[in-house]
Amino acid sequence: MELLTFGKTGWGDELFFATLMTIAVSVTAMLVGFVFALIFTPLKLSKYKTLNLVGNFYTTVIRGVPELLVIYLFFFGGSGAIMYVASIFGYYEYIEINAFITGSMAIGIISGAYSTEVFRGAIQSIDKGQFEAAKVLGINKFGQFYKIILPQMLRLAIPNLSNVWQITLKDTSLISVTGLVEIMRQSYIAAGSTRDPLFFYSFAAVLYLMLTYLSMKLINKLELKYSKGY
Amino acid sequence: MDFELMITSFPKLLGATLITLKLLTASIFFGLFLGLFFAILRLNKNIFVSRFAYGYSYVFRGTPLLVQIFIIYFGLGQIEYLRTTFLWVILKEPYWCAIIAFTLNTGAYTSEILRSAFQTIKPGIIEAGKSLGISNKIIFYKIQIPIAIRQSLPAYGNEIILMMKGTSLASTVTLMDLTGVAKYIISTTFKPIEVFIVAGGIYLFMTFIIHNVIKYLEKKYSFQQ
Repeated sequence: MELLTFGKTGWGDELFFATLMTIAVSVTAMLVGFVFALIFTPLKLSKYKTLNLVGNFYTTVIRGVPELLVIYLFFFGGSGAIMYVASIFGYYEYIEINAFITGSMAIGIISGAYSTEVFRGAIQSIDKGQFEAAKVLGINKFGQFYKIILPQMLRLAIPNLSNVWQITLKDTSLISVTGLVEIMRQSYIAAGSTRDPLFFYSFAAVLYLMLTYLSMKLINKLELKYSKGY
Repeated sequence: MDFELMITSFPKLLGATLITLKLLTASIFFGLFLGLFFAILRLNKNIFVSRFAYGYSYVFRGTPLLVQIFIIYFGLGQIEYLRTTFLWVILKEPYWCAIIAFTLNTGAYTSEILRSAFQTIKPGIIEAGKSLGISNKIIFYKIQIPIAIRQSLPAYGNEIILMMKGTSLASTVTLMDLTGVAKYIISTTFKPIEVFIVAGGIYLFMTFIIHNVIKYLEKKYSFQQ
């Protein structure tokens, strides 16, 4: 317990901020994932074969390749890619990308692939009559999607999105290989300097369990809210 | 694009794939038995037994695989007592530590998959077996288990693919599996994209094969209609 006190002697405050970092990365990654899902879901559901192919390529590759490999690609390739783009515009200095951005982009792309599948499934399970009724009423495409399809889709998607959230939260532990100080990295540092890995890694496990437990409680409330009237 | 690097790194990565496959088959094999064992405990009428099984699957599904590997590889070596027992022969090897962690992890997911499969078996089928005078033991082995396996095949296929991706974490405990070698080549050549394409291609190929084998099995064991 002494090891967990706040202040200079213990690791309590460091681990507390590391937990906040894990939450921050997970939320950012989840939001990045939603952006990707909003781009790729329409592609997967499109009438055109080429667009379908692009959408399927994204979800198949990301879901078939280990998360760690994707993180290494971003970690080693991220600043190179940015520098290449910058060199086109005539900027040749070294650019270093922040570990937070690399990490949340990498995890975001992974979680985006899962979210895309969830959204696709949810949209496909909406009754066809809803689309037709909206069309008959003369509602434009934009209104159809935002006012009619999206609210119904969310109700169906929330249980599966909670799974995606759990996967994303656990995947953030892998970012520790890039040096971003989140729970895993902080435990690694603490374990190294106190020579007590068993305690610190077990404590990290408890922190992750707490995060998954609390987020489950929150999501259950959301689920209740969106399933009103059913 | 450095095609030469892609060609020269391919045999190295293919060699490392062997370790990935070994880790995968060992953990899936042991994990299936562990999962079945805990699924049976979950369905036990004794509340303490079923709570225990639930706790196991909750803890291993609620924490990242990386933490589990680190606890087993770095953490358990810290206990002095363990170092004196024969268990130390196993626990000092990163290879076995990885297999233990993967087995415990996949066992937790497998137990959930099998539990839900057991619960979806219609009671009528078991009653029919009973009324034919078949003993409980044979009903379990000859009726419940085959139906449960068929029910759980699609979910179990996903679990195998997830586990295959999970074996990449073995590279964090000094094992040179496919991801470990890929990282080594990336950090020595600084050509991440080329290596990613080759290593990712190998992983995708494995995913493709697992996916199709499961599809074949699903077809084979589906109801004859």
